[in-house]
Amino acid sequence: MNEMELLNWARGPGLQIAGSVFVVGVIVRLAGILLLGRKRDLSAARRDGMVPGLRTVVSRSWPDAGTLKRTPLVFVAGYLFHLGFLLTLLFYAPHILMLKGVFGVSWPALPVSLIDVLAVLSIAALVALFINRLIDPVRRHLSGVGDWVSLAVTVLPLVTGYLALNRMLLPYTEMLAWHILSVELLLIVIPFTKLMHTFTFVIARWYNGAIAGRKGVSV
Amino acid sequence: MAELETLGEQLRRQGISRRSFLKFCAATASLMALPPGMVGAVAAALEKARRPSVIWLSFQECTGCTESLTRSHSPTIESLIFGAISLDYHHTLQAASGHAAEAAREQAMHDADGKYLLLVDGSIPLGEGGAYSTIAGITNLQMLEDTAKGAAAIVAVGSCAAFGGLPHADPNPTGAVAVSDIITDKPIINVSGCPPIPTVITGVLAHYLTFGSIPPLDELGRPLMFFGDSIHDRCYRRPFYDKGLFAKTFDDEGARDGWCLYELGCKGPTTHNACATVKWNEGTSFPIESGHPCLGCSEPDFWDAGSFYNPVPAPIGDTAKWAAPAVVAGAAVGVAAGLYGRKRKADAQARREPLTVKDMEDKS
Amino acid sequence: MSDKLERGLTALKAQIDAPMAAFFSSCVHCGVCAHACLFYTETGDPKYTPIYKLEPMRKVWQQEYTFWGKLAKALGISKPVTDAELSDWEELVYDSCTLCGRCSLVCPVGNDITYMVRKMREGMVAAGHAPEGLKGAMVRAIETGSPMSVTIDTLKAQLKHAEKEAGMPIPLDVEGADYMMLLSSAEIAQFYEIIPAVARIFHAAGVSWTLCSTAFEGTNTGIQIGSSDLAAELIKRIVAGAEKLKVKYVIGPECGHAYTALRWEGPNLIGRPYPFKVLHIVELLDELRTSGRLKTEGLEEDRMTFHDPCQLVRRGGVLEQPRSLLNMVAGDFVEMAEHGRDNWCCGGGGGVSANERADALRLKVFSRKKSQLESLHVTTMVTACSNCRNMLEEGLEENNMDIEVVGLTELLADHLVEAKPSAQGGEQS
Repeated sequence: MNEMELLNWARGPGLQIAGSVFVVGVIVRLAGILLLGRKRDLSAARRDGMVPGLRTVVSRSWPDAGTLKRTPLVFVAGYLFHLGFLLTLLFYAPHILMLKGVFGVSWPALPVSLIDVLAVLSIAALVALFINRLIDPVRRHLSGVGDWVSLAVTVLPLVTGYLALNRMLLPYTEMLAWHILSVELLLIVIPFTKLMHTFTFVIARWYNGAIAGRKGVSV
Repeated sequence: MAELETLGEQLRRQGISRRSFLKFCAATASLMALPPGMVGAVAAALEKARRPSVIWLSFQECTGCTESLTRSHSPTIESLIFGAISLDYHHTLQAASGHAAEAAREQAMHDADGKYLLLVDGSIPLGEGGAYSTIAGITNLQMLEDTAKGAAAIVAVGSCAAFGGLPHADPNPTGAVAVSDIITDKPIINVSGCPPIPTVITGVLAHYLTFGSIPPLDELGRPLMFFGDSIHDRCYRRPFYDKGLFAKTFDDEGARDGWCLYELGCKGPTTHNACATVKWNEGTSFPIESGHPCLGCSEPDFWDAGSFYNPVPAPIGDTAKWAAPAVVAGAAVGVAAGLYGRKRKADAQARREPLTVKDMEDKS
Repeated sequence: MSDKLERGLTALKAQIDAPMAAFFSSCVHCGVCAHACLFYTETGDPKYTPIYKLEPMRKVWQQEYTFWGKLAKALGISKPVTDAELSDWEELVYDSCTLCGRCSLVCPVGNDITYMVRKMREGMVAAGHAPEGLKGAMVRAIETGSPMSVTIDTLKAQLKHAEKEAGMPIPLDVEGADYMMLLSSAEIAQFYEIIPAVARIFHAAGVSWTLCSTAFEGTNTGIQIGSSDLAAELIKRIVAGAEKLKVKYVIGPECGHAYTALRWEGPNLIGRPYPFKVLHIVELLDELRTSGRLKTEGLEEDRMTFHDPCQLVRRGGVLEQPRSLLNMVAGDFVEMAEHGRDNWCCGGGGGVSANERADALRLKVFSRKKSQLESLHVTTMVTACSNCRNMLEEGLEENNMDIEVVGLTELLADHLVEAKPSAQGGEQS
């Protein structure tokens, strides 16, 4: 298979397969969670939980000062990674064109030089988190195969994307093909790992905020 | 066939001055990215070159490659260099026809056995035993295999011969393949493009005539001297790409200001050719300069790379076609699995034995 | 599979709902929860990481409610949870967790880990893997009505003292009273000054109240050990008493988990809403304050701070009232750096104080409270839970810290403005 055939496959059947697995997988996981339901709470609520739940979905993104001081790396590197990942994904011009091809909507892009820097910072953050997971006693205690797999499939699109953008390692067409394939690998892996938190964190935060909120506690 | 005169003898016979000849050699050397010191070597080699026999086989093609090449036919030195080869067989250009034409081909193959240059344009259909394209009752496949046997080298002219081209596009009803899919024991130079730039064809021939060897090739068998760079890396509109200034439609202000055509489907980044530097019509212009995105015509499967007007990052094919069924399937499976899980939880709750005080005291 | 293990696993399966599934799906092993838990911060042992307590239950969820989990179990790739695992986890689920709720506060993906541990205990206790101390307390609570075997006779004896102290009768089994007051065994046995304090405050405020001889215990070992069945049994007694006396309100004592049990878990345990409202004594006192029926005089000179009982404040929603009340009588009040919703546990809640095996660990993690107090230079620490009072006193003594621990209700009663003594006699306040 030559490089153009690989690229065409990645943009065509590859995306169809990975995209289908991703869509079906995510919906099945979400349905499995939500349909388990929750017993109605018969205690007298101080207030309805809906709004506090929604509030926590947003407010939980900011740690309290004490916790931030006690475990700064996870937050700093975690945010650097997530922001870098999201910004490069959503605001790099060719990505916007790809999303336009899928969803039909587009928006302004960020300068390439900034995207380049964000990609490097994002990769650096993941490397820091990887090392931390190896040497910090709590993280080491918690970590398993799923964590290593998730790290790998998350860093690959960033690394291959950076290499493609900067014309490094492989000729552009081939590098681009591997970049798209690495994204497809990530899509396939998401429904079966902790990477589902991409979608379920909204549900978890909402339940947390609602349960506390109906008692009158803002979390 | 008479003893072939050398190129130098032929040029002198035609009254071409030594000065004009050397100017041509300099231009050709520069075209091949050779250093100025090589001009003398080029001149010496061409001077002594005997006009090699060239057989041009046209298979499942549109004749565009021939048209491109001969469109540049005018009183230029290139046409004379054409006179520097003995074009012994060419469907469009030869005078002979019918059995006489085939006889000429066989004669040339015999006389120059092992030394002739085989040029091929068009793909080779394999379907129905090769019946989709035949010449004089001989399938293209058969003719290619027979003629390749005694060739010194093969030049696959155009994307059809190099990669299968348009006939090879999905669903490929004729079973079209490239020359390199059939011949594996001869050196093959792929001069792709739909069609290739005229001077790219002649430049490759000039290199072969000069050095008697194949120029350095990329992984797809294309001469690096013409296909080493992507259009994107040599495009004069590149500054607009780098700045994020794209034409959104064909007649918006960006388009009229000559902004990058990436969003309109330009395949420049993944396409290797000399269009951005050598250009077309003797350096007049090339598609991007005329305001049309590059089709990627010198790459394999460029017909199957999605619409010409969909940008490189966009998916190939209609996303909704697979996404909509996936959503429906996901919802169906998800609801079924979810309700099943719910039922199993209810079963567990029904099965659960309530705890009593006795369980606190039970030591077992 | 042993009968007990089967019961335990069935209980775990039955406990998994949409929130649990969302929490398990979202955990990314970031480890932030460890830094919110005093059992990790004060020991440095990663096994105390809160989400790690859930590991056996996570396996049950994965193997029962996810496609690949079920497949892996069927193919033998993943092993079912064993009795040995549950036994190993007993220390993590009971000795080193007070259900304090700080982990639920900090989890970046929003997991309510406290909710999860509470449910995990349902499976643990069904499998027989709960601490002996808690089991003993549970038996006593069911059979005698009190985890410390405090009987109605003990109470009646304390009431006699209280009536003398307060100079007024203490109502018992008064049908039609507005408020039915509950107590905790620790109060009846140890901090019994609360009874006359409450009596005097209610009298001055004109509150119609009563105790109930068949339902005077507010604590609930059932929710500490994690058995909904046994917890429901205890709640039913309170509800029966309240319904018999036809009261409008049931008042929780100065106790944290009694409030959680009655106010938030109770109706769900018995399967129906109450025909009465529930208030913590602190909530009622604050209502009396805002309606002008609680009047105090004088200010404490001692420098004081407030320890927030986890179940009352962070998990109960009674955040402002203690401070509003303290404001009436504290002349020199200072907050701990992390206070209110963000305060740290005394280390003895959630059943830990009834678990002798956990004593050493509990005293070790008191270092967190100690460090909170270090820079404050207080001489008094006020709180609103008798269990916290005991734990704090023990910890302070262990660390040779000269700080007095005081109950909020008693403190208010010390400054109460009362009417002239009534015709019922008795000593004046």
